[in-house]
Amino acid sequence: MSSDSATVPASKQSPHASKQSLPASRQSPTAFQQASPTFRPPSEVSPLIRQWQPGVIGYWRTFTGITQREFLRFIQQRTRFFSALIRPLLWLIVFAAGFRAVLGVSIMPPYGTYITYQVYIAPGLIAMIILFNAMQSALSMVYDREMGSMKVLLTSPQPRSFLLFSKLMATALVALPQIYAFLLIAWFVDVDPPWSGYLAVLPACLLVSLMLGSIGLFISSFIRQLENFAGVMNFVIFPMFFLSSALYPLWKMQEAGPVLYAICTANPFTHAVELIRFSLYGELDITSLALVFAITLAFLTLAVLSFDPQKGILRNKKR
Amino acid sequence: MTTDPFSADYPALISIRNLSHNYGKLQALKTLDYDIFTGQFNALLGANGAGKSTLFNLLAGLLRPQQGQFDYLNQPMTSPGADYLANLGIVFQQSTLDPDLTVGQNLHYHASLHGFSRKQARSRIEEELERLNLQDRIKDTVRSLNGGHKRRVEIARALLHQPGFLMLDEATVGLDLSTRKQLTQYLHQRCKQEGLTVLWTTHLIEEIEASDPVMVLHKGTARFSGISHQVIQDAGVADLTDLIEQLTASHAPETITGSETANNSGKTNQSI
Repeated sequence: MSSDSATVPASKQSPHASKQSLPASRQSPTAFQQASPTFRPPSEVSPLIRQWQPGVIGYWRTFTGITQREFLRFIQQRTRFFSALIRPLLWLIVFAAGFRAVLGVSIMPPYGTYITYQVYIAPGLIAMIILFNAMQSALSMVYDREMGSMKVLLTSPQPRSFLLFSKLMATALVALPQIYAFLLIAWFVDVDPPWSGYLAVLPACLLVSLMLGSIGLFISSFIRQLENFAGVMNFVIFPMFFLSSALYPLWKMQEAGPVLYAICTANPFTHAVELIRFSLYGELDITSLALVFAITLAFLTLAVLSFDPQKGILRNKKR
Repeated sequence: MTTDPFSADYPALISIRNLSHNYGKLQALKTLDYDIFTGQFNALLGANGAGKSTLFNLLAGLLRPQQGQFDYLNQPMTSPGADYLANLGIVFQQSTLDPDLTVGQNLHYHASLHGFSRKQARSRIEEELERLNLQDRIKDTVRSLNGGHKRRVEIARALLHQPGFLMLDEATVGLDLSTRKQLTQYLHQRCKQEGLTVLWTTHLIEEIEASDPVMVLHKGTARFSGISHQVIQDAGVADLTDLIEQLTASHAPETITGSETANNSGKTNQSI
């Protein structure tokens, strides 16, 4: 660990100050408290060289630090939690109730019986929660980049790929309370998957979140301004959501036309929805898992490359 | 024992050699040579657009050198490695603290990026905040702090992981004179007492002491470098403000007579 192995000069180890009667920061602006009285002539000073040996524990501490910050920010922005919940609930309770009479869904895996439309779209709405969360987080990195806190992350000694992965994983973990709150409310409208499904959906959601987060991160590296979230909504979020199996089964899309079907099949979001759908019923869709995993890897690599100082982040920034 | 940074045997922490950087057609740095001296308050002066931020971003590893290089302890840094970054503290021009989080939460986050445990972080945070008289602000949100306090928190954060090299980019912009003085005094003190190496980029010359090594950057080139009072003497100007004013004036080359840069071996080179 860095600080364990630090070469700390004697003068650094005890920055003392005498106790003062008033809280120091409330006092009038005088010079700051005196540092250690040991004087070291500049020529005797050797550069303070610390070997960077974080070890596994150092990586873990960095990861938990990044995750904790995401959760703290999430708690600060409580409205984000409610808006993230209201959106899918409107779809579930209002939209799906209306369409229930029009759209009957026949028996299809993983469902063992005829199901209501609410039951069908619930996994798609979970994926929608993740999609919005991931895109919002990716866009906040544009904000962070403008405000500079991304610079702090990128100038820390851990490998950049690890830092970005940690950031995406933290975003994925922040989405979990939203997902389970949604599933709890959905239970009251008869969306009641088996108990094993509630557990199995967790890793699926994390993986889907990583995939959508890395896609978002990749897209955000091309966005120069914060205002472009509207553009992301129109050109990324809506097409991804509507051209997938979130709202209609793929066979219905096939009936609608081969082009639409082809687009839906090629859409990574379709596979994310199917992975969540199957896992929510305690089953594993190997094809979806493999595809989501491969897409995650590909976009994660692209996202890390796009944050390379030579290629991404400050590429076109003037001094 | 020598205390003159420009004498031959004084150690340079960073040696910049022949460094150039372009943004498309705009040349921000032109074959720059510059030494950042160990344990000194190195001042990098220049008007807006002189190339200070570009140099700063290159040294922070946010940009890669397009031509030339910089050495850290005689090791070339084509891509700044973890050992370099672990020994580097940075204060950016814009605040990089999370305004919604408390001072303590912001500092704990930074400590975690450097692999500190909660316990180690707590003790270091207390230590740094105490030195900057901020110990009773630890639970305040950053948003509730005034500009001077925010800057002090940023300095505490940059020094939290005990780096040997601290870079500050226009860190006192927008602060009142007394706060500026306090901050520079504090950092001068840490240079002298602990051997901290500081790179202080600024356009506010009153922050520089007469014995500080100074480099005046103008249009991407080092126009003057040396000990502050020596630079003033060599340039034949009243003070550094005068020098910068003359440089930024359109007729700069005619008005300045004795422009020289001193290199590490103590010799001087004509630069204009």
